[in-house]
Amino acid sequence: MLEIKNLHAQVEGKKILKGLDLTIQPGEVHAIMGPNGSGKSTLAQVLAGRNEYEVTEGEVLYNGHNLLDLEPEERAREGVFLAFQYPVEIPGVNSTYFLKAAFNEVRKHRGEPELDALDFLSLVKEKMKVLELPQSLLNRPVNEGFSGGEKKRNEIFQMAVLEPKLAILDETDSGLDIDALRLVAEGVNKLKRPDNSQLIITHYQRLLDYIVPDFVHVLYDGKIIKTGGKRLALDLEERGYDWLLHEYRAQTPSQQPSLAGAR
Amino acid sequence: MSTSTETIEQFINREYQYGFVTDVESDEAPRGLSEDTVRLISHKKGEPKFLLEWRLKAYRYWLTMKEPVWPNVHYPKIDYQNIIYYSAPKQKTDGPKSLDEVDPKLIETYKKLGIPLREQERLAGVAVDAVFDSVSVATTFKGKLGEMGIVFCSFSDAVKEHPELIKKYLGSVVPYTDNYFAALNSAVYSDGSFCYIPKGVKCPMELSTYFRINAVDTGQFERTLIVAEEGSSVSYLEGCTAPRRDTNQLHAAVVEIVAMDRAEVKYSTVQNWYPGDEMGRGGIYNFVTKRGLCKGVCSKISWTQVETGSAITWKYPSVILKGDQSVGEFYSVALTTNYQQADTGTKMVHIGKNTRSTIISKGISAGRGQNSYRGQVKVMRSATGSRNFSQCDSLLLGDKCGAHTFPYLEVKNTSSTVEHEASTSKIGEDQIFYCRQRGLSTQDAINMIVNGYCKEVFRQLPMEFAVEAQKLLGVSLEGSVG
Ligand SMILES: Nc1ncnc2c1ncn2[C@@H]1O[C@H](COP(=O)(O)OP(=O)(O)OP(=O)(O)O)[C@@H](O)[C@H]1O
Ligand SMILES: [Mg+2]
Repeated sequence: MLEIKNLHAQVEGKKILKGLDLTIQPGEVHAIMGPNGSGKSTLAQVLAGRNEYEVTEGEVLYNGHNLLDLEPEERAREGVFLAFQYPVEIPGVNSTYFLKAAFNEVRKHRGEPELDALDFLSLVKEKMKVLELPQSLLNRPVNEGFSGGEKKRNEIFQMAVLEPKLAILDETDSGLDIDALRLVAEGVNKLKRPDNSQLIITHYQRLLDYIVPDFVHVLYDGKIIKTGGKRLALDLEERGYDWLLHEYRAQTPSQQPSLAGAR
Repeated sequence: MSTSTETIEQFINREYQYGFVTDVESDEAPRGLSEDTVRLISHKKGEPKFLLEWRLKAYRYWLTMKEPVWPNVHYPKIDYQNIIYYSAPKQKTDGPKSLDEVDPKLIETYKKLGIPLREQERLAGVAVDAVFDSVSVATTFKGKLGEMGIVFCSFSDAVKEHPELIKKYLGSVVPYTDNYFAALNSAVYSDGSFCYIPKGVKCPMELSTYFRINAVDTGQFERTLIVAEEGSSVSYLEGCTAPRRDTNQLHAAVVEIVAMDRAEVKYSTVQNWYPGDEMGRGGIYNFVTKRGLCKGVCSKISWTQVETGSAITWKYPSVILKGDQSVGEFYSVALTTNYQQADTGTKMVHIGKNTRSTIISKGISAGRGQNSYRGQVKVMRSATGSRNFSQCDSLLLGDKCGAHTFPYLEVKNTSSTVEHEASTSKIGEDQIFYCRQRGLSTQDAINMIVNGYCKEVFRQLPMEFAVEAQKLLGVSLEGSVG
């Protein structure tokens, strides 16, 4: 599904990803954890194709093709979906209208007929039940005036409608109340299929109580420094990152930046 | 940021799709302006004496005036002696009596512009007056409207058939002394539309005028006069295009609206004159005076404009709220790209008691476009209990364009309230990326964001035209038709 090899990326001359390797097979759920500023969102943005993030080295294969050659919209139509850490507001653009346009782009790309407004609406109603999203949100402009939690839920709702092959969730859990967290996690689980994969960026173990990952990776200073099973997330919850960093520094005695603000 | 700016700029270079020229023989006045030109135009139109006198007074007054310099627009001095003031496609007969007598080339031209003149082909419920250079070439649905007592015809026909109405209302809202371009128009205007809605009649269809400049170096000076009698209502739409040429052409129109007691007039404009090329060569100078008079109690005049064309736009559709409890509205979307300049806005003059006005202005600047909003709200001492709300938003695409806001507020009594809100925002790279991440192309993303921003104004347009306006904005923002 996804194969990232020795990925280096920078933004405005600042090196952020420094040789990242990650392989995701179809049907797998991977979690990425790591202290603030370690490069998690950068990885997500690079995979989605944001052009401010410049890839200086390495490659990314997506279903055997070079992902980095594709424009962001081509990646999206090929099934790469990013649930943003900070979803933007698009004033005046109706949510349903927006989502229908996106949905039909994907259909067109697959050579499938576009859905008309009526058929699309019934599809939307279907998906809405899964996430218990209030209908009123969909009659409003995209994310405009949505609460933080509503924005996150709306991201997952869009994911439910677009049915991506590779979904990247960037801190979708932060800002959600306890009930919303459960709903969103259940929604994500229902979207899991043997032929699609999920990459979940989070700071908290509690999301992983619901969405059980096959692998947990720790990203630090632009590299994955530890990979484990779901157990690793529990360890991190209990002990923080410090022990890991000690272990990491012991292995690589070269200069490591200090870790201010890591939990 | 530089890369993102480039992406945006790539998508605002547009193709003007109405730039073709129709090859028709025309009957033109010689270049230049003098009393003789004025007499010639009046003669060609077979006008009554009072009109010629009025034109001459306007011309003499114009000679004493100076071109205004206060708008925030810049252009080389206009040589008024190098303009052709009258150009009409040659007709075999005295002027077409029916569509069958109209030159097929003209009908073809309007068809290409998306304005089929054959009545059976028309969108159900829209009557059209087509003005080609200086004259009206066809007016549709005249008969059907006539049965209800509605007069909808070219200005020239109105002069012949209803001289008393013209005499009564011409210049009653915009006197020729009003401003430089209004005076010029009054002297040399050649045609336009006239519309009269009798007492109590609700006009059953949209009325529209379509202006087309075709001939080279001609100015277009048309007049529109709409009179809505007590308790009547009408919705009116105006569209405009011109061929692509390297030289600038002048369009100086006057629109006057009179609304009596409880009458409602809605005037919508989709202005798409040739804007000049991407280097700023050519394009129409659109210097227009539009004003409505809410003469009667509870009358209402509403202006909605979508301005995407012209090299320079200078235009302030206004409402004089004279009748008690009358209502004035102004909804505007003005787009400037490349080297276009727009100085537009409105004037709301509150005279009657408990009058209300609303102003919603959405400026969009891209490329090197310069967009100014200029709005005046004047509440006279007599206008007690009046209210105004103004909202002026500017959207910038790229970093070489500009947006300016000049609000003038004047309130002469204490029981009235005036509210003004303004904002300037940049189209966000974040917003575009968000859309692209969902599978939309950059073009579609920009269109969607800009259309969302204009929503409040588009909502005011009649349904079909709202769709048109959205498409037009799309085309103006893109390289190709969406
Ligand atoms: N556009 C940018 N310009 C400059 N620096 C940037 C930019 N984007 C990211 N960075 C920097 O890159 C580093 C990694 O940022 P990133 O957002 O990927 O971290 P993160 O792991 O997602 O952190 P968090 O857990 O706080 O969300 C940070 O130091 C950040 O300040
Ligand atoms: Mg982040």
